[in-house]
Amino acid sequence: MTSAATIPEQSGGRLTKLYGVLKDIMSRPSGAIGLMLVMVHVVVAVASPWIVPFDFKRVDVDLMLMPPDGGHWFGTDQLGRDVLTRTLMGGREAMFVTAIATPIAVCWGGFLGILLGLAGGRIDDGLMRVVDAFLSLPWILVMLLVIVIFGSSMPVLIAALGFFYGVPVIRVARAAAHTVVARDFVVAARARGHGRLAIIRVEILPNVLDALMVEGAMRWSWMLLAFSSLSFLGFGVSPPTPDWGLMIADARSLMSVGPWAVLAPIVALSSLIVGINLTADALAKALGIDRAQKAPV
Amino acid sequence: MEPALIRFDDLSVGFTSRDGRLLPVLRHISLAIAPGETVGLVGESGSGKSTLALAAMGYLKRGLKVISGTVTFAEQHMFSLGGSELERIRGGKLALIPQNSGQSLTPTLRIGAQLTEALRLHSKLDPAQFPARTLDLLRQVRLPDPEAIIARFPHELSGGQQQRVAIAMALAGEPKALLLDEPTTGLDVTTQAHILDLLSDIAQKSGMAMVYVSHDLGAIARVCQRVVVMYAGEIVLEGTPAQIFKNPTHPYARGLLASIPRVSNARLPVALEGRPPAPGEAGQGCAFADRCPIVQPVCRLERPELRAIASGEWLRCHVPELAQGIVMEPMTAPAPVAEASSDTAIFTLSELAISYHQANWFRQLLGQADKSTPTVKDISLTLARGETLGLVGESGSGKSTILKALAGLTPRQSGTIAFDATEDLAANVDHRQPDQRRRIQLVFQNPDESLNPRQTVAEILAQPLRLYFGLSGQALRARMVELLIQVRLGAHYLDRLPSQMSGGEKQRVAIARAFAAEPDVVLCDEVTSALDVSVQAAVLTLLDRLRRERNTAYIFVSHDLAVVRALADRVAVLYQGRLCEIGRASDVYANPAHPYTQVLLSAILEPELAARPKLMAADVQELSPPAKGCACQRRCPLKVGMICETETPPWQTVTPGHSFACHKPNNSMG
Amino acid sequence: MVRLILRRLGLGLITVALVTGIIFVAIEMLPGDACVAYLERDAVGQRLENCREQLGLNRPAIQRYGLWVGAAIRGDLGVSASGGKDIATLVGDRFRNTLLLALCAIVAGVPLSLFLGVVTALNRDKSADLVVSSIAILAMTIPEFVTATVLIFVFSIWLEWVPGIVMTSAGAPVAAFFPEIVLPTAALTLVMAAHILRTVRSSVIEVMASDYVQMATLKGVPYWQIIFRHVLPNALLPAINVVALTIAWLLGGVVVIEKVFNYPGLGRLMIDAISDRDIPVVQAIALILATVYVAVNLGADVLTLLLNPRLRTLQMRGTR
Repeated sequence: MTSAATIPEQSGGRLTKLYGVLKDIMSRPSGAIGLMLVMVHVVVAVASPWIVPFDFKRVDVDLMLMPPDGGHWFGTDQLGRDVLTRTLMGGREAMFVTAIATPIAVCWGGFLGILLGLAGGRIDDGLMRVVDAFLSLPWILVMLLVIVIFGSSMPVLIAALGFFYGVPVIRVARAAAHTVVARDFVVAARARGHGRLAIIRVEILPNVLDALMVEGAMRWSWMLLAFSSLSFLGFGVSPPTPDWGLMIADARSLMSVGPWAVLAPIVALSSLIVGINLTADALAKALGIDRAQKAPV
Repeated sequence: MEPALIRFDDLSVGFTSRDGRLLPVLRHISLAIAPGETVGLVGESGSGKSTLALAAMGYLKRGLKVISGTVTFAEQHMFSLGGSELERIRGGKLALIPQNSGQSLTPTLRIGAQLTEALRLHSKLDPAQFPARTLDLLRQVRLPDPEAIIARFPHELSGGQQQRVAIAMALAGEPKALLLDEPTTGLDVTTQAHILDLLSDIAQKSGMAMVYVSHDLGAIARVCQRVVVMYAGEIVLEGTPAQIFKNPTHPYARGLLASIPRVSNARLPVALEGRPPAPGEAGQGCAFADRCPIVQPVCRLERPELRAIASGEWLRCHVPELAQGIVMEPMTAPAPVAEASSDTAIFTLSELAISYHQANWFRQLLGQADKSTPTVKDISLTLARGETLGLVGESGSGKSTILKALAGLTPRQSGTIAFDATEDLAANVDHRQPDQRRRIQLVFQNPDESLNPRQTVAEILAQPLRLYFGLSGQALRARMVELLIQVRLGAHYLDRLPSQMSGGEKQRVAIARAFAAEPDVVLCDEVTSALDVSVQAAVLTLLDRLRRERNTAYIFVSHDLAVVRALADRVAVLYQGRLCEIGRASDVYANPAHPYTQVLLSAILEPELAARPKLMAADVQELSPPAKGCACQRRCPLKVGMICETETPPWQTVTPGHSFACHKPNNSMG
Repeated sequence: MVRLILRRLGLGLITVALVTGIIFVAIEMLPGDACVAYLERDAVGQRLENCREQLGLNRPAIQRYGLWVGAAIRGDLGVSASGGKDIATLVGDRFRNTLLLALCAIVAGVPLSLFLGVVTALNRDKSADLVVSSIAILAMTIPEFVTATVLIFVFSIWLEWVPGIVMTSAGAPVAAFFPEIVLPTAALTLVMAAHILRTVRSSVIEVMASDYVQMATLKGVPYWQIIFRHVLPNALLPAINVVALTIAWLLGGVVVIEKVFNYPGLGRLMIDAISDRDIPVVQAIALILATVYVAVNLGADVLTLLLNPRLRTLQMRGTR
């Protein structure tokens, strides 16, 4: 049996394809759950200042570590602040920073990777050594160093995450470009005499874009992980701004007394990251990148 | 009549699509195979022939399931047997020889280990005898030096050797029946002839039953006693080779037979338009109705039953009497031959040499010349305006490399290419004039590779039109529609992506893209070898029509001598990157002068009953051309002597325009 | 063959050399030097001079780079900015402790994940696969500090089975770390095992769909023989590199876990050094971690080369 037997009859262009991909993601249980989680988080992050029941800064020593009740649905933390309010708002900074840093990383890493994939030869070999060298340094060391020297303001975090998380993207883009460049349709374009930039834009980029999209989703989740780890270690968001990593770090020591204060941010952070990963997986399958997923016939 | 060895009883197999529908790939198959009988299963891709053969072993690919019916082997129901019983039968009394043995042998196990495994599972021999028996089996499949072979890993063998190992493995369990799933597809024509010779030998001597699955009617004609033609998961015709190859009663079989190009006939094959229905697409009527030239109203309403007819054949057709009216003789007249003279020549290649070896950068620095033996050497030929030159040879003959050099995609070691008699063509496409690039266009083997999967047909066709003619807007669209109509596709294809078209449709788009540039020369690299035979005929017809309308010259590269015969005015035969023979197609095919051309032509299988290929040379696979002397010195059946190993053979003329390179004079077959 | 391994080794050395360059240049580019960074507001006059004298910061950059690399090759990592202690001694015990933690995680995690990877692949889309694969996705994606926190909550606070925090000092003998090391190991194992499991699973699934496994089935080879003779050797070869990459990648994750459990390893030392702005120590740790990363990947490449007949013979032909 070959695929020749299963040709879809409908015609249609790119919009149809985008819609098809979205439909494909939603048709997989994991993809649907993942996409829903991400959507809910995005909506909450945007709308939270208007929907939270309390002021996130309001300290009330009388209400220290109150268990969940009708007033404070998720209880209060060690300073008597409302956990629900802080949890709803705790992803804003992380999502804002990473949502800007991710496209930066994917764009510069992707562009350089494609160029290297096209260039090949000695330039490619040499620069890949440098990329390898960068990758051999633990990300956390690099990020901590930057923060200690330049502070943890939002522009610094965006720049640092955007730069360092672009390095692995180079690899992915390069590998994808490598496979595309050898294909006959690129050879055909060269033989026709199109310019190099035109070939990149028209022939190569659309094919590498799929891999980059999946990579971007993965990068986003890695960045969130990094961001919250930094906050957890005390190097990220500074109090009293609510942030999941910071909330977990603060409430952890009192976990035996008030587990609700640590549980809420854990669930929030985990559900977002899991949601992104499920979506990325489903996206990879929908785009046909996942090699393990082969059609039965 | 003996009881059947393998029996399919009303077998239907299908898969569940993502929208939950059950789509059949095999529909109500009933077929019995007697002990010792050789049966051929013929059909195009998607016809279900491989699925049917594997079902005989009680095996279905992942996702497929039995909808109804049974399969029995030696009175046992294969789909209700337990694991250990199946394991005893499979590879034992019922063995498979797979397509593409290169991928069917486990890469991490040595050949000896894989053969011993088969013996251990299925042979009653004492383990101490296994090594001797292993060597014995390898000798039986005519593998030279079996002691060395057993220590090798699969990837260290050539395609032909891998196929022989697979046959030896199947014979290990002394089977009662052999299933052969396209066993020669992908092999060179001389290797294929050898393997088929071995198989028919085995069939005759051992008394095994054989089920031979192939799309290649020539191979089936060579081996089988009974032929079953499949279409869209159904048996449409069953009979003896004599009945099916002489005067088939089913319109599909007639169309299929007429669509095969023949070496013995210079005419274009007749195309079978359309494509087979996808699983679940066939309606209540006859599955072939949409492509049938004699379709009647009843054919669309009612599915014909498979029934015995007077001649003893089994046939699935409402109106067999009308089928006799389908003319199978090609109608197209032979192509007129354009004379190549210097004033009409569009390409003149002199002493062209190409090397795969990357020159060592250190040597480049010192300015030393690359002295490695070139992959392609001494290619001198001309191509006239409007002429079609066929470039034939087996894999590794350098035919595609020459095309790449002409297109400026691969650097040449030495030699020149003159374009349009006067202009010297730059080696690198980037250094050529835009107009030179426009006038030379390429069509590739596999449209899945040569069409960008992310672009719609409109975007694909717009590339050359914008680049060369600066078209845009309404003019661009009008021209694109015009091109699509010329390749027999309509304007409604403009918005389709390659994944929404069939192989033949995609290749038409690729051809339309080449012709959008209004070229003088189109370089065709195996353009039909990824296509089914009926689709191939349609593409050949299209190419022929286009060149007549526009006086375009082709260089047509193919491993298939019959395809070249159908289209080419002149033909050049290559071996190991060296020209062996060149001349008018009619002269070369009728009167081959070079020993290698003779070897090639004699190995071809025509879908004729009497076809018996001659095996003139061993099917060794050479990795690199010899450093000096004649390129085919190691395979030549008519070797003169030492001179063949030391001196480059001289060119001799048979008739004006027909010459060959050989030391031995006048060795034509007469 | 040997030539190929040597070539790979050479590439590894080049990478490490580049790492030293990157570290050095990055630190040169920072505003101020190690002494300014460490002394902060006190970085004036005699104290600054003394500090610079002690760390040799008065020499030109190229010379300092040469001295640093030269000393590092001999095992001398210089002195710390805070108190002028010998870094090699400072790092020694911590490095041992981190290796101990990593080793425990590898011993527990690699066999477990290989086993589960194969099992889930063979039971693809059945309930066992769904459960294990879902847990793997959770373990892989959730931040290490969350996993660690949950583990502490469940096994230390709630069930009170094992201690939730490490109290042993850096220089204590290995045996003193048990049972405190159990939870850090578990946290590390979870993350690592999930990655390996996913790779092995898809690798096995891919091989199971190959033509040669179909052929082995149709040759009548019993199921378990197919798995062990035909599937595993081919499926696990590509997994070697992923295992190596995962192990190397752990070095980043181990920092957080060491911090959560107060484990006296290299990662915690690193965080402390960074907080103290002790640049020489950070420099030394970066070099060590990068070298380990390169070495592990190198080992995996060489192992693959030795075990894969395809690569082996192809390369042999190439070198002839």
